[in-house]
Amino acid sequence: MANTITLEIARYSPERDAAPHFQNFEVPVHKEWVVLDALNHIKDQEDGSLTYRWSCRMGICGSCGMMVNGEPKLTCATFLTDYAKQGGKIRVEPLRYFPVVRDLVTELTDFLAKLKKVKPWLVHPNQPPLSEGEFLQTPEQVDRYKQFSMCINCTLCYAACPVVGLDPIFVGPAALALAQRYNKDSRDQGSDERIAVLAHPDGIWGCTFVGECTRVCPKHVDPAGAIQQYKITAVLEWLKSFVTPKGAGVK
Amino acid sequence: MDTSLHDVLLVGGGGAGLRAAIAVAEINPKLRIAVVSKVYPMRSHTVSAEGGAAGVAKPDDALDEHAYDTISGGDWLSDQDAVEAFVKEAPQELLQLERWGCPWNREPDGHIAVRAFGGMKKMRTWFAADKTGFHMLHTLFQTTLQFDPITRYDEWFVTRLLVDDGRVQGVVAIELMSGRIQAIFAKAVIICTGGCGRIFPFTTNAAIKNGDGMALAYRAGAPLKDMEFIQYHPTGLPFTGILITEAARAEGGYLVNKDGYRYLQDYNLGTPEAKPVLRSMELGPRDRLSQAFVHEDHKGRTTPTPYGSVVHLDLRHLGEKLINAKLPFVRELCLKYQNVDPVKEMIPVRPVVHYMMGGVSTDIDGATPLEGLFAAGEAACVSINGANRLGSNSLPECLVFGARAGRAAAAYASECPAPNGAAHAMASDERHRLEAGLLHKSGGRERIATIRTEMQSTMERSAGIYREQKLLKEGAAKLRELQERFRDVQLDDHSRTFNTELESALELGFMLDVAETMMQCALHRTESRGAHQRTDYPARDDAKFLAHSLVVRSPDGTPRVEYHPVTITRWPPAERVYGQKTSKPAGESQTASSN
Amino acid sequence: MTTESNTRPVHYSEFHPRWYRRPVSVYWWIGQRQYLKFILRELSSVFVATFVVETLFQLNALKGGPQAYAEFQKTLASPLIIALNLLCLLFVLFHTITWFNLAPSAMPIRLGGQRVPTFLVAAPSYVMWAVISAAVYWFVISWSQT
Repeated sequence: MANTITLEIARYSPERDAAPHFQNFEVPVHKEWVVLDALNHIKDQEDGSLTYRWSCRMGICGSCGMMVNGEPKLTCATFLTDYAKQGGKIRVEPLRYFPVVRDLVTELTDFLAKLKKVKPWLVHPNQPPLSEGEFLQTPEQVDRYKQFSMCINCTLCYAACPVVGLDPIFVGPAALALAQRYNKDSRDQGSDERIAVLAHPDGIWGCTFVGECTRVCPKHVDPAGAIQQYKITAVLEWLKSFVTPKGAGVK
Repeated sequence: MDTSLHDVLLVGGGGAGLRAAIAVAEINPKLRIAVVSKVYPMRSHTVSAEGGAAGVAKPDDALDEHAYDTISGGDWLSDQDAVEAFVKEAPQELLQLERWGCPWNREPDGHIAVRAFGGMKKMRTWFAADKTGFHMLHTLFQTTLQFDPITRYDEWFVTRLLVDDGRVQGVVAIELMSGRIQAIFAKAVIICTGGCGRIFPFTTNAAIKNGDGMALAYRAGAPLKDMEFIQYHPTGLPFTGILITEAARAEGGYLVNKDGYRYLQDYNLGTPEAKPVLRSMELGPRDRLSQAFVHEDHKGRTTPTPYGSVVHLDLRHLGEKLINAKLPFVRELCLKYQNVDPVKEMIPVRPVVHYMMGGVSTDIDGATPLEGLFAAGEAACVSINGANRLGSNSLPECLVFGARAGRAAAAYASECPAPNGAAHAMASDERHRLEAGLLHKSGGRERIATIRTEMQSTMERSAGIYREQKLLKEGAAKLRELQERFRDVQLDDHSRTFNTELESALELGFMLDVAETMMQCALHRTESRGAHQRTDYPARDDAKFLAHSLVVRSPDGTPRVEYHPVTITRWPPAERVYGQKTSKPAGESQTASSN
Repeated sequence: MTTESNTRPVHYSEFHPRWYRRPVSVYWWIGQRQYLKFILRELSSVFVATFVVETLFQLNALKGGPQAYAEFQKTLASPLIIALNLLCLLFVLFHTITWFNLAPSAMPIRLGGQRVPTFLVAAPSYVMWAVISAAVYWFVISWSQT
């Protein structure tokens, strides 16, 4: 295995550049190093202006998502040795389909607005007082939504989804999976509110089941599965609405 | 200069910050709340907490027992009135979180499940698989989205507290995205910026834990408390420092040295049993376990690796099914970052810096002596953790004191007048300092990374698990030197847009200030207590030191240490005992007697 | 940008940086294996439709009597049509396999408190396919032997 590897990194500074360009750096290869360690090495020793987000470096905060050789990855979980073996370069770019603020930093306010749109909180008005204790929920009931609750908001799925790239208003995989996380929570009563917003061409019906979101998700949330299940629910609700009176509030 | 006005401003959007924001919004919906965080809230370090959150929940448990475990775990440096309030409110806060949707693990009958944890005599730690902090933070963040009065300033970096007329008037912050430097005025400011693990070289802490809020308060004239007490978590992965949660030991993991021997039995922590015994052996308190490691290391019974010596955590006897059910994240982390499958192999671990017991000195309602300034969470020191924190106490601490500080700040903000115009001048000064002093400066000769690395190795050497006079004095002198050299720092990045190098420089400045206070407090406390162990003063000295160290910045910029007695209510100081033979194995109900 | 996300409204000003929006090419689906696979999967519906149309022509020819049908069979035997049908067969197979593999994601089936793994949910479809194919094959063979 080689001792060093070349990182080809996208650079963009709006004060200087009209468009992003690439810059190469040589980095030592250590078997414990991930791409993030390489970026930190460059920033500390060579070029302090290299700009990127990172925090926990253990794959739970979701800050360090970037395109590595064309694939959306968490750079804190992507080892240099996987690329050094192929004797190649590592191309690092900001996550696809997001506007670029600087170098490897993407603009996320749109994503946060989409998260808020799906009403990602427990809807349960008129709760009994706390003195009555917890809502009962069996382990099996927890299991129904648990997978969808694992999302770390890293937006790798948005970088993988071509619909997000082609239709900026599409709500997107993570937001829809989060909606399902609450829909399937036995304590929640907000399915109707959410379906009213999401059974829409920019909601679940925008999804064409490419399946890339599920493939790249580092936490195995399976947003594609969440969305397809949601589609079936939406169709059933629509059929039911012909039979039950308006406002009957089926869950 | 653009300015905005709020009633309550949170610096930091983690567990404590978000809980405080919700508390303000609930108690007075008319107040305008700002959450100013240098990262998006879901990136806050609360997200990485794994093990659980303690709250008395089961009928065989009692508030007094949780209080006693916490106080004895803190080596009697905890303020007992604060602990009593804490243990009482913790279960309610955890329950409130459940009502907001937090996916706590459950018993088969649907009730909340609890597990054992280090230093606790009963099972009272609520948990959500082994990603408790993640679920708590996301539940809190998603809940705040419902509240319109909460305005978030995402990726705004606070550089200074504005103080005038003897009270806090707001903050100056950099909007990272654009580089704009702006004052955000507020009647009350709550500091929830977390701890300062990055002052040390090996830490479980994320990059963002630089003691920002502690330095902000210190520079504004508020005292910091108990800064010498830094917790080493006994089981972190070598090189990355990634946390292997205490829950792994609570589920039954063994710590063994290079001979496969469960060495904790040599250190007054009980006798080894097959199943975990509460408050014994691997479920002893963190400071004692980390200290045991150092002794084993000196005896040559640890295994050397390129990243320091290690001992091993053995989970193999737990079986794949239990590990996948209760410790899936641990397995994932070990496989990914250490290339080790805990089902089949032992995990190499060593103590790494994890938590800061000290912080901004507050009273039981989160208020600091500086009017208008409050603090909560790891950044604050109330103190409930005393000289050593028990595992699973810090998540409820964020909730309980976040809520208390929120309510106190809301009450204060409802009464106090709006910030005066004098603070505008201070804000302009700050902008000038940042621009001329750092951003546009040329000719400096020091790199940020060099000073940072030297600071980290100084701290590990002089203020690590064991300390002594000579090394502490050398450390203090070295830190002074680094402060000088920091004035000569040179940035490569002079642009305004998302300048993370400027951010790193400011964070380094914060860390140097906080490191200095830590070193001074450690120098002055000539006793050993909890996580502060002096080889030259190995005994606990209640006569002189049953007191908190308070460190304030003097006019010449140096730290001045004084002492303030600990509040003792019902538990007079006694010896900390772990591993008693009378302890029953975990899972059987205990009688109400305390040891 | 409004307060939809609880963040401060963004005012374009002297300090607002110019975000770079990378254009998405019309050929976004070429050059990335997963995207190409997806587009081919969607395109396979065209070939399924082609085969349906062919079957309609076949029915029409049947209606027209033995001579019309013999003409139809002659057209079918031409190399061009054989090639087209081969292509159709490949795409129909691709369509079927991808459909069977994807469908279980939409149906989380739980038995005894546990989720049934996706390949077990897909298995019955494959089994039915094999059974029906065998039945049709037997039917055609026994028919052609009468």
